[in-house]
Amino acid sequence: MNLVPETENHVIDNAILSGGLRLNFNRRQKTLIITGICSALLIGIIVAAQLMSNTGIATNFSQQNLAPSWSHPFGTDWLGRDMFTRTIKGLAISIQIGLLASSVSVVIALVLGMCAATMGEKVDAVISWLVDLFMGVPHLVALVLIAVVLGGGAKGVIIGVALTHWPSLTRVIRAEVMQVRSSQYVLVSRHLGRSRWWIASRHILPHLLPQFFVGLILIFPHAILHEASITFLGFGLSPHLPAIGVILSESMGYLAAGMWWLAFFPGLSLLIIVRAFDVIGDNLRMLLDPHRAHE
Amino acid sequence: MNSAKYVLGKALRMISLLVALCLVSFILVKNSPIDPVQAYIGADMMRVSEEQRELIAENWGLDKPPVEQFFSWAGAIVQGDFGTSMIYREPVIEVIGQRFAASLALMGVAWVLSGIFGFLMGIIAGMNRGKLIDRAIKWYCLTLAATPTFWLGLILLMIFAVWLGWFPIGMGVPVGVLSENVSISEKLYHLILPALTLSIVGVANIALHTRQKLLDVLESDYVLFARANGESGLGLVWKHGLRNIALPAVTLQFASFSELFGGSVLAEQVFSYPGLGQATVQAGLRGDVPLLLGIVLISAIFVFSGNLIGDIICSVVDPRIKEGRSSV
Repeated sequence: MNLVPETENHVIDNAILSGGLRLNFNRRQKTLIITGICSALLIGIIVAAQLMSNTGIATNFSQQNLAPSWSHPFGTDWLGRDMFTRTIKGLAISIQIGLLASSVSVVIALVLGMCAATMGEKVDAVISWLVDLFMGVPHLVALVLIAVVLGGGAKGVIIGVALTHWPSLTRVIRAEVMQVRSSQYVLVSRHLGRSRWWIASRHILPHLLPQFFVGLILIFPHAILHEASITFLGFGLSPHLPAIGVILSESMGYLAAGMWWLAFFPGLSLLIIVRAFDVIGDNLRMLLDPHRAHE
Repeated sequence: MNSAKYVLGKALRMISLLVALCLVSFILVKNSPIDPVQAYIGADMMRVSEEQRELIAENWGLDKPPVEQFFSWAGAIVQGDFGTSMIYREPVIEVIGQRFAASLALMGVAWVLSGIFGFLMGIIAGMNRGKLIDRAIKWYCLTLAATPTFWLGLILLMIFAVWLGWFPIGMGVPVGVLSENVSISEKLYHLILPALTLSIVGVANIALHTRQKLLDVLESDYVLFARANGESGLGLVWKHGLRNIALPAVTLQFASFSELFGGSVLAEQVFSYPGLGQATVQAGLRGDVPLLLGIVLISAIFVFSGNLIGDIICSVVDPRIKEGRSSV
C-alpha cells in the first residue's frame, strides 16, 4: 500500500540513510552543505587553474603517452603534456565562458520577460514569436551559423551561446511576472495609488531576483556543454587553448591506439562540473522558493 | 472545423517564422567575413585572375544591392532551388536529401528507442517513489542530462570498437565500397553505436517528465478513490495513469527534435556517420554558405514540424484541449 504520506516516507528514508553515520542534519542544513561543497569545488578549480604553472602543459618529449600514474593522474598526451593540468585549465576556461555567456542570456531573458508581461498584448505577441523563432533552429546549428558568421573564436562562442539560451527562461519569467502582477497585494497597492515604477521595483523585482539567480545557474550547464560541443566540432575556441572541446577532439585521433585516458578523464571532469552546477541550481531553488523546499 | 482553424493558425505562424529565419540568416551571412568567391575558388586561388573573380561575382549577382540579392535568393528558395553546394559541387537540395535520409534513419531509431525506454523508466520510477530504483533512475537521468553527447560517443567507441572490436572505428560505410553498393545490413551495423549514444542521452528528459506527471496523477483525488476501491499496482497505473501521462510524453518527444538534431550532429562527427550533421560541420568549416543556409532552413522546418505534429496529436486526441479551445 502506498497510502503512507510522502513526508513520512522521507523521514524514514532519512533516518535510515543518516543512521549509520549518526549525523542528523535537517533538510535545509543538508541543502546548504551540498551547495557549499559544490561551490567550493568550482571556485577551487578556477583558483587552481590560476595557480598552476604552465610547465605542465609545455611540450615534454621525455614523457610522451604515459598512462595515468601518481605523478600524472590523468596521464600525458603525445606531446608529453600533463593531462591533469590541461583539464583543470580547460575547465576554468569553460566555467568563465559559461558564466559570461549565461549572464548575458539571463539579462536578455529578464528584460524580454518583463516587457512581454507588462507592455501589453502586442509586445507580448512579438516576444513570444521571437522565442519561437530562436527555439526553432536547433541550438547546435544556430551556434555553428553564428560562429561561422563571426569568424569563430571565443567571441563567436560567447555570443552564440548567449543568443541561443534565453528563450526558455524568458517564458518562465514572463509567467512569473504575470502571476505577481495579478496577485492581490499588487492590486491593493495599485488602488492605493502607487506608481508603476514603485510596483515594479518593490513588488515585482524582489520576486524576480531568485528567478534570476536560479535561471543563471540552470542555464550554466547548457552553456558549458554547448561551448564544449561547438569547440569539439572545430568552430569554437582556438586549438591552442587547453579547452575541453579541443582536448576531446584531439583525443579522437589517438583512441584507436588505446590511449583511453586522453578522452575519459577530461570528459568525466566536465560531467562532474556540469552536474555540480545542476545540484547548486536545484538546491538554491529549494532555499529560495518555499513552495519547493520539500521536494 | 475548430481543429482545422487551429492547425491553419499554427501553420501560418510557422511560415512567418521561416520567412524571418531566411531574412535573419541572410543578413548574418551577408555581414560575415566569408567571401563567397574566395570560398568557391578555394585551392585554385593562384590560377584565378582578378577579372575572373569579378565575372564569378557578376554571374552570382554579388554586385547587386543586398536587398535585391535577398529577393532573388528567397525567390529561388520558394521554388525549391537552394543553390549549389560549393564543397560537394552538387545542388544543395540533393546533398541535403541524401544526407537527411541517413540522418533520419539514425535519429528515428534513437527517437523511438529513447521514447519507449524513457517512458517505461519514468513509470517505474514514479510507481516506486522514494525507493532505491526511483533514486537510481533519477540519478541516472540527471547525470545523463549533464553528459556531453560527444564524450559519451567517444566512450562507447573506446569500449565497443577499440577494446571489444565489435564495431568499426568510424566510417559510415566499409572502406573501399562505393556508397551506392552498401547493403542494408552494413548500414545497420554502422548505425548501431551512434543510435545507441543518442538513445542513452535521449531517455533522460522524457523519463524525468513522465515520472513527475505520474506522481501528480497518483496524488489526485480520483486515484485516492481508486485506491480506496482496492485497486493498486500496475492495474491502477494502467487504468487511471497511462492515458494522462502518455499525451504529455508524446508531445515532449515531438518537441525534442531540436535536441535530437543537435545530438546527431555531434554523434555523426564522432562516428564519422555520413549524415546531415557531418555536412553541417563541413559546410561551416569550409565556408559553404549555400549548404549552410539550406541546412539551417531544413533543420528549422524539421523542428517546427515536430512541434506542429505534437500540437496536432494533442488537439486531436485530448478531449480537454479540444473543449478548452472551443469554449474560448
